[in-house]
Amino acid sequence: MNAPVSSFTSGALVETSAARISKAPAIGRLSLRARGDLAPFDAALGVGLPLSIGQRASVDGTEILRLGPDEWTLTTPVPRTAQIEAAFAEIYEAHPHSLVDISGREVTFEIEGAQAAELLTLGCPRDIETILPGQGRRTVFDGVTVVLWRDAEDRFRMDVWQSFAPHVLALLDTGCRELAAQSH
Amino acid sequence: MLLIHCPYCNETLPELEFTYAGQAHVVRPEQPSGQSDEQWEEFLFIRANVRGPHYERWRHFHGCGRFFNAVRDTVSDKFLTTYEADAPRPDLSSLTERQK
Repeated sequence: MNAPVSSFTSGALVETSAARISKAPAIGRLSLRARGDLAPFDAALGVGLPLSIGQRASVDGTEILRLGPDEWTLTTPVPRTAQIEAAFAEIYEAHPHSLVDISGREVTFEIEGAQAAELLTLGCPRDIETILPGQGRRTVFDGVTVVLWRDAEDRFRMDVWQSFAPHVLALLDTGCRELAAQSH
Repeated sequence: MLLIHCPYCNETLPELEFTYAGQAHVVRPEQPSGQSDEQWEEFLFIRANVRGPHYERWRHFHGCGRFFNAVRDTVSDKFLTTYEADAPRPDLSSLTERQK
């Protein structure tokens, strides 16, 4: 359970006929908390912040997901994080907010394959089908808070805090092999 | 498993995403230093322990992270309603009417 972060190599970690789990390459992550008039933030980002929980927006490789009434998470190529932080620092005086770099906090697992959605039901009590392709949600996976991005019908990304990642991966690994064994 | 409607996400989700946070509408006194020991005891420890519809707080912990209020029947475990944290306390008779 105390496996160091470096124990995950980028690329495929588990692969069966049911699904394939891989670790996404390192990426910049920012957490934004803001309320009130959002127009200045939209201008600083170059795209409107998504207005309802679970909706996404994207611009120039930056993806924005609304997690709560006043909370968004941004994923972006690493060099872009400094630019976004600079743009938000400029409007800070007039529009106080919190923008925190959380790049080191999480790892992302990519889950894809015919039974990817079914695999997630092993640890996720909510109905996966209510997360439509192109949306995302913060939810729970076997007791661990995760952010789930659904990119396509059979393709997901799961952001997990580093310390929980070995536990989550172990369950995904077991699930992948179990589902593959059932279908034979 | 209970299904709970989060008024912020506007979705009905499994109980496992939520945490319970005690009785709702317990107001902290505006002048805490002016309170007597008995009044502090009342504020900190004395709760209604209702048998029937109970106004209580919940938090969508594994989700939007927000606290909100709910009315739950402690006998049947049915949620009568959930509402945003700063919304006024809903009238009980209109809620029980809706249940019928």
